[in-house]
Amino acid sequence: MAEIVLDKVTKRYPDGALAVSDVDIEIADGEFLILVGPSGCGKSTTLNMIAGLEDITDGELRIDGQRVNERAPKDRDIAMVFQSYALYPHMSVRENMAFPLRLAKVDNQTVNQKVDEAARILDLTQHLDRKPANLSGGQRQRVAMGRAIVRDPKAFLMDEPLSNLDAKLRVQMRTSVSKLQKRLGTTTVYVTHDQTEAMTLGDRVVVMRGGHVQQIGSPQFLYEQPANLFVAGFIGSPSMNFLPATLENGGLSTPLGAFPLTDRIRLLVEGANAPREVIMGLRPEHFEDAALVDGQSTTFEATVDVLESMGSDKFAYFTVEGETATSAELEELAADAGSADLTDSGAQIVTRLSAASAAKQGTPLDVWFDADKVQLFDPADGRNLTYSG
Amino acid sequence: MTRTLDRPVARRAERKGLSEGKKAERKLGWMLCAPAALVMLAVTGYPIVYSVWLSLQRYDLRFPDQRQFIGIDNYVTVLTNSYWWMAFGVTTLITVISVAIELVLGMALAIVMHRTLVMRGLVRTVALIPYGIVTVVAAFSWRYAWTQDTGYLADLFAPGAALLTERVPALGIIILAEVWKTVPFMALLLMAGLALVPDDLLKAASMDGASAWQRFVKVTVPVMKPAILVALLFRTLDAFRVFDNIFVLTNGAQQTGSVSMQTYNNLIKGLNLGIGSTMSVLIFLAVALIAFLFIKVFGTAAPGGADERKR
Repeated sequence: MAEIVLDKVTKRYPDGALAVSDVDIEIADGEFLILVGPSGCGKSTTLNMIAGLEDITDGELRIDGQRVNERAPKDRDIAMVFQSYALYPHMSVRENMAFPLRLAKVDNQTVNQKVDEAARILDLTQHLDRKPANLSGGQRQRVAMGRAIVRDPKAFLMDEPLSNLDAKLRVQMRTSVSKLQKRLGTTTVYVTHDQTEAMTLGDRVVVMRGGHVQQIGSPQFLYEQPANLFVAGFIGSPSMNFLPATLENGGLSTPLGAFPLTDRIRLLVEGANAPREVIMGLRPEHFEDAALVDGQSTTFEATVDVLESMGSDKFAYFTVEGETATSAELEELAADAGSADLTDSGAQIVTRLSAASAAKQGTPLDVWFDADKVQLFDPADGRNLTYSG
Repeated sequence: MTRTLDRPVARRAERKGLSEGKKAERKLGWMLCAPAALVMLAVTGYPIVYSVWLSLQRYDLRFPDQRQFIGIDNYVTVLTNSYWWMAFGVTTLITVISVAIELVLGMALAIVMHRTLVMRGLVRTVALIPYGIVTVVAAFSWRYAWTQDTGYLADLFAPGAALLTERVPALGIIILAEVWKTVPFMALLLMAGLALVPDDLLKAASMDGASAWQRFVKVTVPVMKPAILVALLFRTLDAFRVFDNIFVLTNGAQQTGSVSMQTYNNLIKGLNLGIGSTMSVLIFLAVALIAFLFIKVFGTAAPGGADERKR
């Protein structure tokens, strides 16, 4: 168990490319920290620097207060789980899990005891004598976890450990990874590009973009108080809706219509020195079928393009005529989601309505939204103008 | 080839009945293989059978009248002859020592080539030059290098020594020439094997606490074992038939001749087709035995094979 501190850690490759820039993270003992971001954001490089698999160009990495920049991976007492699992194909499951202990010259009896214990926790006991090639994806993943936990290391590093599993198994393993970490209480750094994993697993989440940390905080906090447009768009599924808007005489004029700002938001916006042209963000759950809400001050009418009934909720998709919100962050998010080339006329809005809604595909609907949940962003630098954290 | 033909054949089979389609497919398969099979039979099958036939006869071109079928008498003659066993011993010695050295040096060179980041192509090309030189030419250059008084290496150990005329140094030089020439080949095969070891595996091993040497011995070597065995097999089979280097460097003097030299002396120089063919057949059998043993080893070590037994 250990506390890991990244102090202005920077990674610059010999060709001058800056992979990670001035990352400051303090990971408390026993904490489950998630590094999340689109591919190429530097999250894996950061993890590899903690592991010692990549050199740190600048800054300091401390484990339990000691500088470890120059220590070889084997001297850092950290275990790592790889996306590819990296199981030794020529060894049985037992030998795979025992490998770190054998290298540490632990006596036979202790090795067997620890491997059996780990196998029991991970439900691998009946597979101990098989080779990795004969295991299913989920079993291999568990062996990789087993190899990490037998050593009782100071920390676990996990590099997208679930992304090679199919969707159902991934959800299942997500729960067991979380349980295992709680049970062992070992400091864990977990890299993923999947925001659902980030939200469900971590005590705290670090959102990265282009080698820079965007925001650090608990999943709920990041969801409610994103520091900028990138975090707002990255966290949450379905993601936040963005529309261009203009601030004028205490109100907001948007493609959904003009409405006054609530007092809370007006105060925040005044304090943030906001520009006139802004981007408005609203999460899908802050919309509702107007027929089901009392005191409908902020409503608009639109035709339901697509309706997805999930049983507990209904997701209704609308197209809002007019301009779409544009900014570098939004383009990057769209590119990451693979929807960059899906050009529609107007902006697409996703709303989550309660199951009681009478919305029908292809028919117009009065939709209400919660004006106090509106978040406003500066299109130039993406900062959240309504941030109150 | 058959893959692309599968579909029309299958469609025809649906119309005319399954067995007919299958028959046509099989016939086509045979016809496609036939030319290659015939060429193989002509250039390898026939000579093998013919030398076995010759080895069962007393057949000396100096005394063609005495040609006679004598069964296995030639084999008895060869296998009870001390010169044959001397040559066999020398061959085995050269094979084992040179292949062992080649494996170690080849592995080192393979790792260097694998790890080279800059000018990879140039490094690999340069490393392959010895293998590209005709063996006889290389052997002559080694002979000149070690020739008494005039060679630039001749005085390396003692002034005025004639190393190629002494048995042990001469064998050493033969092995050196063999090693020098074939290390690049070994390295190339092993480099293909190194590429089979995923980076993640080595990273995982270093996270697990393995030093560089432990990573090599416990992860790299076992994972690339199939490639190592293939390289060893190829080189052992080759080394056992060593001829050119010995022919040029010592011509078999001072008991440095290999079994191939013996065969050459009997068959070509001595014109004794019977004894010469017998030796050829024995070399063939020895090489076949080596290959068989190696493949037996493969059978037990190949990934999957071992697992099948365990399950």
